[in-house]
Amino acid sequence: MPHLLFDRIDEPGLNTIPVYERRGGYSALRKALQMPPEAIVEELSQSGIRGRGGAGFKMGQKASFLPKGEMAKYLTCNADESEPGTFKDRELMQKSPHTLIEGIIITTYATGIHHAFIYIRGEYQLQADILDAAVAEAEAAGYLGENILGSGHSLKLVVHRGAGAYICGEETGLLDSLEGKRGNPRLKPPFPAIEGLYAGPTLVNNVETLGTVPTIINMGGADYAKIGTEGSTGTKLISVSGDVQRPGNYEIELGISSREIIYGLCGGPKPGRTVKMWFPGGSSSPVLLEQDLDLSYDFDTLAKAGSMLGSGAIIVVDDSHSAFEVMQKVVKFYAHESCGKCVPCREGTNWTNKFLARIEAGESTPMDLDILASVQSQIIGNCLCVLGDAMAMPVGSIVAKFRDELEAEIEAARERANALPLTDTEDLLALSAH
Amino acid sequence: MSSIDRRPPVRRYEHGSRVPGWDEAVDLTKPPATVPDPALTPVPEELRAAIEAEMAKYPDRKSASIPALHLAQRHHGWCSPEAIKQVACVMRLTPAYLTSVASFYDMFYLQPKPKHDVYVCTNITCSLLGADELYERMCEAAEGHDISVRGFECLGACDIGPMASVDGEYVGPLNLDDPKLIVEDIEAGRPVLEHKQLRRRAVADAKGRVDDFDGIAPVGQEGN
Ligand SMILES: Cc1cc2nc3c(=O)[nH]c(=O)nc-3n(C[C@H](O)[C@H](O)[C@H](O)COP(=O)(O)O)c2cc1C
Ligand code: FES
Repeated sequence: MPHLLFDRIDEPGLNTIPVYERRGGYSALRKALQMPPEAIVEELSQSGIRGRGGAGFKMGQKASFLPKGEMAKYLTCNADESEPGTFKDRELMQKSPHTLIEGIIITTYATGIHHAFIYIRGEYQLQADILDAAVAEAEAAGYLGENILGSGHSLKLVVHRGAGAYICGEETGLLDSLEGKRGNPRLKPPFPAIEGLYAGPTLVNNVETLGTVPTIINMGGADYAKIGTEGSTGTKLISVSGDVQRPGNYEIELGISSREIIYGLCGGPKPGRTVKMWFPGGSSSPVLLEQDLDLSYDFDTLAKAGSMLGSGAIIVVDDSHSAFEVMQKVVKFYAHESCGKCVPCREGTNWTNKFLARIEAGESTPMDLDILASVQSQIIGNCLCVLGDAMAMPVGSIVAKFRDELEAEIEAARERANALPLTDTEDLLALSAH
Repeated sequence: MSSIDRRPPVRRYEHGSRVPGWDEAVDLTKPPATVPDPALTPVPEELRAAIEAEMAKYPDRKSASIPALHLAQRHHGWCSPEAIKQVACVMRLTPAYLTSVASFYDMFYLQPKPKHDVYVCTNITCSLLGADELYERMCEAAEGHDISVRGFECLGACDIGPMASVDGEYVGPLNLDDPKLIVEDIEAGRPVLEHKQLRRRAVADAKGRVDDFDGIAPVGQEGN
């Protein structure tokens, strides 16, 4: 399997142009600048690469939605990386920032954009400092600025630091935040490709997506498409964390088995423990079970299994943890991060959070799990963005897959709290009269 | 704002609404603050220059709101009314607008805060690995020191969980003895837990590794 992004990424000095160039860096840019812009978009389409940020939308197609011709258009690189479990962009930006910068220059040349931003989460201070230095170095080398390498293409690239808000990873929340506002998502359509930053057409792509562009140009789209599976081409950076012995970032060919990742690469849970559940694509993805470990790790297979590949962040939970504990952590996060703009999300996430506190306090009955599940289904599809869905989907899946355990948890909590035992309907009636 | 909130829960009336005093009251008798008058609003020269440099980077100066608030917070220690007024003066915006922005983001403080920041990640992966107890220990260790400890959402470093960001430096995996060492390092003005810093960590992927890895991430030009 080829390593396209992570190959010897630990090499000292790779964050500087001399080492990056010695390893072939910026050759894709030179090649691209000889090609007509449309031919580059065509290569991207042929490569079949799907967005690496979460939604998996085809990159070539998104780039082709941008209106052609000279006008104020923008590119925004999404480096907000706040989806719990995800930390792959961090490693790429820290160790090989020019991979991203080169990808951005090529993409802007292909789409006729002259103003680009990297929106990086404020907590990534080291990585933002490294990017700042790399951008300055690229400017000095003539890769950024006016008339890049004599091609006539010019580009201004700005590293913009956020200040701690998960919702700013959502593309329209990101655009509002970049305009200096609270990061509230916008109504779509119009999609950013038509009306985005400062109301101009805007291309929003993830760090890894843009970082793969130089490779695609070097290899050619058709050859890139031979890696991976038909619907999920290429390699993918994955972040594996939780109950595994070797957590961290790995580059894999899409389509290898999930067991190979969790056990082969990461060593599986500690000896004596088994996988109880795993999130295949960040905490927003519905959980899968031990029996799903042989699923091929690619966009389509995981979607068919009722979950999603998302950002490529695998969180493994072993059998020493309760399903309730996992659910509670997930819910707290989304309740805290809901921006408050749409009612189903704002109220739904906070209601769910309080509801779980009620379970913990021994004030619920197993029947309440149905209410919990039905509230989740009221959130899905009813908001401007999918932050609420991102809580509702994993919570719904945990309730469905661990119902017995959750019911036992409710009973145990009731016992701890000395609540009335639920023996017959009279007790229930007495309870509801309270 | 933090995920583990140590404040007492907001009291409520029987029918559910909040008891007055849970949030800051707005003084309705005060006239709304307008864009501050430069003649009457002294702004430290270096802060002004830095904010103006940020504004120059964007097609629309408003885009510099977050960078400018970062600058002002660093200068004043927190986003005090004075800090916000100075940013408003340089950017030609109203203090109310900037307050609304600052209050949205976790990294801005609208209340005075201790000098040093420790964010302990208490999100899913870190908590599976013991972050809640670590957070308690960190709070105990920081007691009496000029250090603010917050439970934070996923900081994007679950591979070193349980972890913390100490004045921006990521360290992990932490054990229950580390909080004490972190406080000692902060007090001594040393780099925190050098051997556990993320910047010194090799990539997990075997093919990403090299024999001559020096284990130190390059430092960028200027810190933010
Ligand atoms: C709540 C929420 C948070 C998101 N966070 C991120 C993020 O941190 N990084 C990212 O690249 N995409 C994130 N996305 C996905 C973006 O909206 C967008 O689809 C993506 O940046 C597009 O880039 P891609 O096509 O290259 O994947 C998030 C989406 C939602 C709904
Ligand atoms: S869960 Fe702690 S850093 Fe991601």
